[in-house]
Amino acid sequence: MSISFFLNGKTVSTDAEPVRRLAHVLRDDLGFTGTKVGCDAGDCGACTVLLDGEQVCSCLVPVAQAADRSVTTVEGLATDDGRLSDLQQAFHEYGAAQCGICTPGMLMAAADLFKHNKKPTEDQILDAMGGVLCRCTGYRSIVDAVKHVVEPNDIDFSNPDAGGAMGARVLKTDGIQKVDGAELYGADQAPEDALWVRAVRSPHANASFTVGDFSELHSKWPGLVKVLTANDVPGRNGYGVYPDVNDQPAIADGEIRFKGETVVALVGDHTSVYGIRDEEVPIDYLPRPGIYGFEAALAEDAHQIHDTHPGNILAQGYVKKGEAASAMETADVVIEDSYQTGFVEHAYIEPEAGWARRIGDRLEMTVSTQAPYMDRDEVAAIMGIPNEAVRIIPTACGGGFGGKLDLGVHPLIGIAAWILDRPVRCTWNRIESMAASTKRHPSRINARYGCTKEGDLVAYELTGDFDTGAYVSWGLTVKDRVPVHATGPYFVPHVEAKTRAVFTNGTPAGAFRGFGIPQAAIAHDNLMDRMAEAIKMDPLEFRLRNAIRKGQATATGQVLDYSAGLDQCLEALRDPWQKARAAADKFNAANDGMKRRGVGVGCMWYGCGNTSLSNPSTMQIGVAADGTVTLYSGAQDIGQGTNTTMVQVAADALGVRMEDVQLVWGDTDLTEDAGKSSASRQAYVSGRAAMEAGLDLRGQILRMTNAGNDATLEFGNGRVIVRDGDNISEINLSDLPADKHEGNVMLGEATFDPPASPLDDMGQGNPYGTYGFGAQVAEVEVDTELGTVKVMHVWAAHDVGAAINPMQVEGQIHGGVAQGLGLALMEEYIPGLTENLHDYLIPTFGDVPPIDVYLIEDPEPTGPYGAKGIGEPALIPTPPAIFGAIYHATGVHMKQAPATPDRVRAALLAHKGEGK
Amino acid sequence: MSSYLRPTELDKALAALAEGGKTIVAGGTDFYPARVGKPTDEDVVDVTAISGLREIEERSDHYLIGATATWTDLIRSELPDWFRSMKQAAREVGGVQIQNAGTIVGNVCNASPAADGVPSLFALDASVRLASLSGERDLPIGDFVLGNRKTARNDDEMVLGLVIPKCGEVAQSAFLKLGARKYLVISIVMVSTILETADDGTVADCRVAVGSCSEVARRLSDLEAAVRGKPANATLAELVTADHLSPLSPIGDVRGTADYRLDAALTLVRRTFAELTE
Repeated sequence: MSISFFLNGKTVSTDAEPVRRLAHVLRDDLGFTGTKVGCDAGDCGACTVLLDGEQVCSCLVPVAQAADRSVTTVEGLATDDGRLSDLQQAFHEYGAAQCGICTPGMLMAAADLFKHNKKPTEDQILDAMGGVLCRCTGYRSIVDAVKHVVEPNDIDFSNPDAGGAMGARVLKTDGIQKVDGAELYGADQAPEDALWVRAVRSPHANASFTVGDFSELHSKWPGLVKVLTANDVPGRNGYGVYPDVNDQPAIADGEIRFKGETVVALVGDHTSVYGIRDEEVPIDYLPRPGIYGFEAALAEDAHQIHDTHPGNILAQGYVKKGEAASAMETADVVIEDSYQTGFVEHAYIEPEAGWARRIGDRLEMTVSTQAPYMDRDEVAAIMGIPNEAVRIIPTACGGGFGGKLDLGVHPLIGIAAWILDRPVRCTWNRIESMAASTKRHPSRINARYGCTKEGDLVAYELTGDFDTGAYVSWGLTVKDRVPVHATGPYFVPHVEAKTRAVFTNGTPAGAFRGFGIPQAAIAHDNLMDRMAEAIKMDPLEFRLRNAIRKGQATATGQVLDYSAGLDQCLEALRDPWQKARAAADKFNAANDGMKRRGVGVGCMWYGCGNTSLSNPSTMQIGVAADGTVTLYSGAQDIGQGTNTTMVQVAADALGVRMEDVQLVWGDTDLTEDAGKSSASRQAYVSGRAAMEAGLDLRGQILRMTNAGNDATLEFGNGRVIVRDGDNISEINLSDLPADKHEGNVMLGEATFDPPASPLDDMGQGNPYGTYGFGAQVAEVEVDTELGTVKVMHVWAAHDVGAAINPMQVEGQIHGGVAQGLGLALMEEYIPGLTENLHDYLIPTFGDVPPIDVYLIEDPEPTGPYGAKGIGEPALIPTPPAIFGAIYHATGVHMKQAPATPDRVRAALLAHKGEGK
Repeated sequence: MSSYLRPTELDKALAALAEGGKTIVAGGTDFYPARVGKPTDEDVVDVTAISGLREIEERSDHYLIGATATWTDLIRSELPDWFRSMKQAAREVGGVQIQNAGTIVGNVCNASPAADGVPSLFALDASVRLASLSGERDLPIGDFVLGNRKTARNDDEMVLGLVIPKCGEVAQSAFLKLGARKYLVISIVMVSTILETADDGTVADCRVAVGSCSEVARRLSDLEAAVRGKPANATLAELVTADHLSPLSPIGDVRGTADYRLDAALTLVRRTFAELTE
């Protein structure tokens, strides 16, 4: 029986089963992929559409209920003449879409609001849109965009002239497709005839298993083409993120090490693959008790999770400068304490997805990712084919934050497509995404900080354990990064920091915005507050006094020659800090004490790029015979905006307007390796390469025409016109052989590898080319009876070297603050218990306060026009600032993240019990 | 092969239910989330097209909330002051998307310990009206919701609506929901309180229900008895003691410890009293 309804004003019919979710019918049957599916449970709102003019989650509507009704999706928002609606235009202009995966849902929720209320207040905006989650923006730019529709501002968003792109608030080069529903993400594309593959995942965290005979399954489900097991892996059944570490099986081989691990995989038509229940698949498990947490993993008789790593210790990290233990005895004040954090989930709104096909001896994979080239090499190894035989075509990435660095759907779509020689697609559902993707490392840290009574830091000692879960993933990076950054961004003469990465049966812990530094920052900045209090010094002034400055050496002995702007960040924050502290004190004095306000400060530093490793980026910029200029950028845009910033930098270097530069991005066949979108390295490393590539091309042109450096260039109509004062020369491009990359006639190319050196046995060396610095002040209100904490305001100052695009930098800071707030107050992933977005809580519209951003630009000479990274730095100071604010409000030090209401209340009661 | 029936007449729905083994779907806001990654291969009776079931209407001595009335329908209905706690609960169910699709009756039938609408329905002394081919019956809500995801609904029955007896004209109600974030949050504790004040300023009637602190929401009858006749002013909140929470048996879970739930319940009950005696 056919179901008809009015979709964006036109009648459509479908033969879909009436129970199917409207979202799926819209996307899979009718091709309206603008509507996104983030959870299939009404938790994220990405699939919001209007049903008879009212917003609903289309993942919760049986298509039968749409019959004869009107459905409006994001594709129906544009005006009749095809222009963006005011709302869409405002989203574009305010940077309200970063990765863009939540944007269709946001737009539909806002459209619903405006149907009912033309002049909504901020609270009404929040209430109307509170059902949609965003993980990138921190919501504030979205609120601003909606407010702009209510009351337009006169902001000019015209693109800059040649040479003026650097530092301009230019709009995203890929921004329009993020607001009109046209952007294609991992789950939005695949050939019609693609088979589906789905992992059957282990319900046990620690088990051995055998698989049975699948013939019964095949006869019951004729659409089942193949059940993949470990025996089907054509090449190496293991992958990882380091060239020499590949311990995570593509398909488990008899041993299960975490709940959610792939045991076998079903390949076939959608009906069969999704109709088969896991219980039908013949797998015999021999479960053992799961090893969760440090004590279980480090117990003497603990089960060995990997034979190769006795005691379940993956590796240890160490940094030693001076003699911390003996120096500590000379300190006037020494504060010591212990801190804990749990698993944290990236919770990007786009679950992992993609598809693959075999073309002769090559494998082509279209997939959502943060790391095209690493994907290529890992997939090639799993297939047992040369790296060059794999082509990764990244889709738009609906959020990454570190979680889409490791392989996701890749092994299964790759293996299935390769051995069956048919296109194969896979989309993880939310539960799979949460159960099987990497997490932030849980930590337990013991730390000791000493200072003089005058307020100078003397020594720091830290021991920290980091739970890397079942596989290595990024555990080696975390155990190395933490000791390097352990002290916080302060000058400390004596440092000793020891870390261990520990295997458990937890979900593999990998990269998540900060690689262990956010955990370490909670420790060092709590101790900073307490030392300041002990010597009766203002917490901000104490930090400013000790802020590491140019000419000083870090814990690894790296002398910072340039771009160390923490002092400037703190100076920028001094005024809001003092005012907010005074206002909080006044509020507390005037009120009964049930609600208490407080203001705290947190500081951070973060090395941009891979730790002590070569991590080059190569960029190319070509000129075609017709004069088209194209930037070939392998820097994967994951919402942070490299598709825009790379063009900005390259256009300025070449000396053209941004709109004169076409962009080819990500595809490993078309772009050179620009490394991973991780470690806050793209703006810095790839940005530098893009600048140099632009300068290279410009230099070639100037040399060919004997023109001076001030010459202007004009590309088009098969020519380059070079104007140098009164001299005008011309390059006739059709005279040049089209033998450069992608048939171009000219090519600028550059590689940049940030200067870094290995660390010695004492952890001494120069691990990074540059460091980002930042400080944030947070104001909170604590309900002391309930233990709830509301963040009222955040002031964030970050030294970014130079802001390539201030709007995008602000967007990174807002999003970082929101994620830091989540880490501080609500986010804790517990395997098996929080595998959805209603038990695992991330901040909503109502949780992220207004954020004032202060951009500090202490230029980094090795960066592009002075720029360095901001992606991870933005998150790191937020939790310590919030915890400091809770202390200021209540006198209670929170030492465990997240500070959930029950933990805060328990701490308050304990504090009261101590008679304080 | 699964079936999907979406009748426009109640009799057809009841006839289908009489066959047994059917799953009733209305707003879908609990049905689909329970089936992420699982096949939806059961026989479904979709009740949303049945005419006459979406009303929220005043009848002689009660109000009737129809089986397919949504949270938004409730929010938009003109209702007496004492319905305020229900409306407050409605505004805190999921996001507006969920409020537009989800039904109040579905919330009751899903029987989650954290069902947002249920504490207020307990405080309102609501009854659940069930129908089958063999007739109708009304069950007090406390006899209908039996436990976590357990109700007294027989397989051949569907809920027609909720019967809400009228409160006194001067009755006021308040609802407080405690969660760890602002929107889209499953409650840690919920309290719904109705207070009716006599002409002399004392408490004529008080009904308090607490959710998320036991398998099924519980009324605090000792407390209700203790405050009747007491002055309905700021001192009322001070009468609430931990002993009054004895009907509650909270568990500890990812949202909070059991001790915390009791502690927070005490605060929230006091706060509803404070709010209603301001």
